[in-house]
Amino acid sequence: MVGNLSIRHVTRVFEKTRPEEDTVTAFRDLSIDIEPGKFVSFIGPSGCGKSTLLRIVSGLDEPTEGEVFLDGEAVKEPGSEIGFAFQQANLFPWMTIRDNVAFGLKARHIYKEKKKDVDEFIRLVGLEDFRHAYPHQVSGGMAQRASLARALVGHPKVLLLDEPLGALDAFTRMNMQDEIMRIWRESGMTMLMVTHDVDEAVYLSDQVVIMTPRPAKIQETVVINLPRPRARNQDVFISYRKRILDALNYGGVIHQPEYNL
Amino acid sequence: MIQKSAVVKQSKKILPPTSIGFALLIQLALPDSPLQKAAARPYFLYLLLILTGIYAVAYAVSFFAPRLDSYLAYHGPLYAGIILFFNILNVFTLKFVVLPVLFFPSLDRIVETFLHDRIFLLKCVLFSLRLLATGFFFGAVVGFFSGVLLGFSRRAAYWLNPVVKVLGPIPTTAWIPLALSSFPTSYSASVFLIAFTVWFQVALMTSSGIQSINKSYFEVSRTLGASNSYQIWHVAVPGAMPSIFLGLFNGTCGSFITLMTAEMVGTSAGIGWYINWQKQMMVYSGVYTGLFIIAVVCSLILTLLFKVRGRLLVWQKGVIKW
Repeated sequence: MVGNLSIRHVTRVFEKTRPEEDTVTAFRDLSIDIEPGKFVSFIGPSGCGKSTLLRIVSGLDEPTEGEVFLDGEAVKEPGSEIGFAFQQANLFPWMTIRDNVAFGLKARHIYKEKKKDVDEFIRLVGLEDFRHAYPHQVSGGMAQRASLARALVGHPKVLLLDEPLGALDAFTRMNMQDEIMRIWRESGMTMLMVTHDVDEAVYLSDQVVIMTPRPAKIQETVVINLPRPRARNQDVFISYRKRILDALNYGGVIHQPEYNL
Repeated sequence: MIQKSAVVKQSKKILPPTSIGFALLIQLALPDSPLQKAAARPYFLYLLLILTGIYAVAYAVSFFAPRLDSYLAYHGPLYAGIILFFNILNVFTLKFVVLPVLFFPSLDRIVETFLHDRIFLLKCVLFSLRLLATGFFFGAVVGFFSGVLLGFSRRAAYWLNPVVKVLGPIPTTAWIPLALSSFPTSYSASVFLIAFTVWFQVALMTSSGIQSINKSYFEVSRTLGASNSYQIWHVAVPGAMPSIFLGLFNGTCGSFITLMTAEMVGTSAGIGWYINWQKQMMVYSGVYTGLFIIAVVCSLILTLLFKVRGRLLVWQKGVIKW
């Protein structure tokens, strides 16, 4: 499975909506290559354009300059090759959980051949008992799992995750992280995630890309060299955590780096 | 506690027969006024006796059917009130004649007219329903498609919105002169007027329904590989369905008004025409008969629409309250 993503000199400038406002540059001349099958997190302060970057990669938003390539082809508009898991579950309220998960396959008229995948992914996210429920009948965590299954069922080459766990409570969140990890390892797809949660980034990623505030630049890329499954309270884990927090200037008290990674 | 509530329940169930008994007592004990033209038979009395029979059966069955039991207990006071209302009306019109005889005929005579004209009334109702259904069908279909076009396509909205905004709010009755002169028959003119009423409401509510759908639903469906046309039928239309139904309701209510107006000017059959004709003949018992039939038919249509909506919008339960 390929999923070679290449972001080339991408700039996004938001036009002013009123004369007295200034144009906003989300980021300028941003380039990054992502190897197939990697899990890469983007972390940085609010408003640094991380979500905008994901939207551009997905084709939902257009860059002012530059291009995004997937396996050598420019991404022009959204499609089934690049999946997107949004911060809100955004399940269609008029469809059952199962119909929601099957939506992409039906839209591409390949549902009949891939019927089994729907049930398989529903099982994978543990929603067999709720497949005929409507979204308003399930909890937030279940809805988020269903939306993940919906994004995954078409086997996209790349999955973009825009803080998909942001709205969940801490415990559901950790369980979901394990689930994402498992799906990632089984499917081998490339995953890009935007998050505010340093632990989450260290726990899941091969690389953590740290971004500066507007206009965003890539400050540094931290390669997480830890075997999986990872333990959240391992010493090395905590050192990675400290290092990223320091880079973000959220380390707190001034201290000498006590790690050497 | 349980016993007390059981007593309350049973006494609520006895309210309707009490009210019927009271009406029967007055009907039999007080003499009819000679001022009111007598009907061929005492139909109101018959009606009360029939009601007594029906209620007696329901009451007996209710002791074995818990659901009917709760139904009768819940509706008991209401039914008793309705019977009391007609009882008072009977006293005012037939017994003491407090209201002008010409405009307020006795209940006996209203029932008499109803029975006498029943075949003709049925024809009138069927004529009206055919007119209503034809107009409603064309109005709803055209309204739905123009609403989808307006809601989904920016270019269509640019050109059509002004048309809708200028033409839509013109009261349908203002179109009557134009409709009557530009359509070959008064029937087709009436169909047009009804269709127009429904069209505006449905188009407006469909397009605003589509526009108020959460944008992220469209983003989700695009990232899942849905084409534009797939999005229209599987995201825009179902998402706007609650709003479309609102448009259908408004359109239906408006179409009743239009139907009556159209029949009073344009056609020579139908229930609206019947009322107008009876009024001109100064037969007010016929006017009331017509009003009664309209009330029944219109509320039946609305109930039907509610049922259809309930079926189509199961997913809404708990999401949006009506």
